[in-house]
Amino acid sequence: MYLTNEQEAILRGEEGWARKKCLEIIVGLGEIYGADRLIPVASTQISGVSYKTLGEYGLQWVESLSPSRVAVPSTLNPAGMDLSLWSEMGVPEEFAYKQMRVIRAYEKLGIITLCSCTPYLAGMAPRFGEHVAWAESSAVCFVNSYLGARTNREGGPSALASAITGLTAYYGLHLEENRKSTVEVEVSASLVGLSDYSALGYCLGKMLPQDIPYLKGVSNFGVEEAKALSASAAASGNMALYHVEGFTPEAEKSNSYGLERHRVDDKDLKGAYEELSTLRSGRIDLVALGCPHTSLTELRAAAALLKGRKVSPTTKLWFFTSLPVKVLAERLGVVREIEGAGGKVYTDCCMIVAPLERMGFSSMAVNSAKAAVYAPTASKVDVVFTTFEKCITIALEGRLT
Amino acid sequence: MRVIKCRKISSGRAEGLSLFSPAPISFFGTIDPETSVVIEKNHPLYGEKIAGKILIYPTGRGSTVGSYVLYGLSRRGLAPEAIIMRDAEPIVAVGAIMSDIPLVDKPESFDFRSGLHTVVDADRREIILT
Repeated sequence: MYLTNEQEAILRGEEGWARKKCLEIIVGLGEIYGADRLIPVASTQISGVSYKTLGEYGLQWVESLSPSRVAVPSTLNPAGMDLSLWSEMGVPEEFAYKQMRVIRAYEKLGIITLCSCTPYLAGMAPRFGEHVAWAESSAVCFVNSYLGARTNREGGPSALASAITGLTAYYGLHLEENRKSTVEVEVSASLVGLSDYSALGYCLGKMLPQDIPYLKGVSNFGVEEAKALSASAAASGNMALYHVEGFTPEAEKSNSYGLERHRVDDKDLKGAYEELSTLRSGRIDLVALGCPHTSLTELRAAAALLKGRKVSPTTKLWFFTSLPVKVLAERLGVVREIEGAGGKVYTDCCMIVAPLERMGFSSMAVNSAKAAVYAPTASKVDVVFTTFEKCITIALEGRLT
Repeated sequence: MRVIKCRKISSGRAEGLSLFSPAPISFFGTIDPETSVVIEKNHPLYGEKIAGKILIYPTGRGSTVGSYVLYGLSRRGLAPEAIIMRDAEPIVAVGAIMSDIPLVDKPESFDFRSGLHTVVDADRREIILT
């Protein structure tokens, strides 16, 4: 691998231990993937933030990098709790203490403690063709596909190493030739609400875990739809890039002539809803919306549905979003409307990385296939995967009927 | 004495007794992070301790949390002295670099067994069996 004089000097330790270690990680990964050089990244997004996933030794690693500072703008994945309202959420105090240690350790490195899986809805949107090193799998799939930025699926430690060095190895999806479609998928299923896009993503990831699909037949594909599809495709497969005819920026260049053909129809979508629901009826403890973090549009839609109604006293209705989106929703009166109906809007965290299993929940309703994939193992809760509207109805009635 | 050429992933030099696994290892799941014992039932190394060994196995698998598990083992003094893989993967590579554990892969021949005195010299890209 070609390294510049400056990079060689960092590897000799001339800029300190932390930068040396971090560059070794980047070079080591480059060796494995056969990269011929390193390239600068414009931003990073780092996973391994909830104490539940990072653990004590992960925390010690992050702490050990101080007093080094990040070289490029960097943000974090969701933490295990709302950093302000954790007590109200019912998060155990000793967990909160450890979680705050994690946040402080990242903050000391100069990282922006925006804890969100959708930083692209909060001012961190890479431009077309820009090289970045992001770790959150749904955001990786979104920025590659919808924005045309370029990132591999980084792990927490490698994204952090890119943050400290400002570099990544030049391989995988950073290379033009690796971004072309590998299969064509005709989507004949009718896509109504966001959960349908989530179900579609789940089907794609499961059917084509290693592919870059070229989707035909999708007639509406905005930010929210892309967010939902990206998250579930990345959760059920290793999908990091897809193209949608007529919508995504690299679709035209990456056409599907001569590719193997697949199809997703209404039956496939229905199958996804059924397969991912471990509950068929009964009481629901928690209705959790915001995987990935909700946009302002979604919060407004919820407020409209909740108008003049009350969430059941036996159920909690929680929305998860990023801090900037909540601030705006507060200004617009949307948070007041949701809270007036008995719902809550939490920031910085989500239903997967919060310690739900220690907070007394055993059943949950979601409109996200990704949340439904992870919840039973990550949080040991039973789950029903259904539409946004149905989730709100469950919250009002307190049960799934 | 046998010298086997290989590729360096994480630098350093270490020696010890080899512990060979014909099956893949996932640091998250296969290994008990408190004791370094292989706890995955039906694994060929079930019950063995990897601490202080030259650990040799074909490939890795599993969650990216595995990097932190290997780092945790090393903080507790329970990490292998060095690792030899047929094909390294990112999770173990990152964990080994974080923990200053020499890691090499792609040896000229992947023909090993347990209990041999083994030297891994990553910087010279050599494995020496005596």
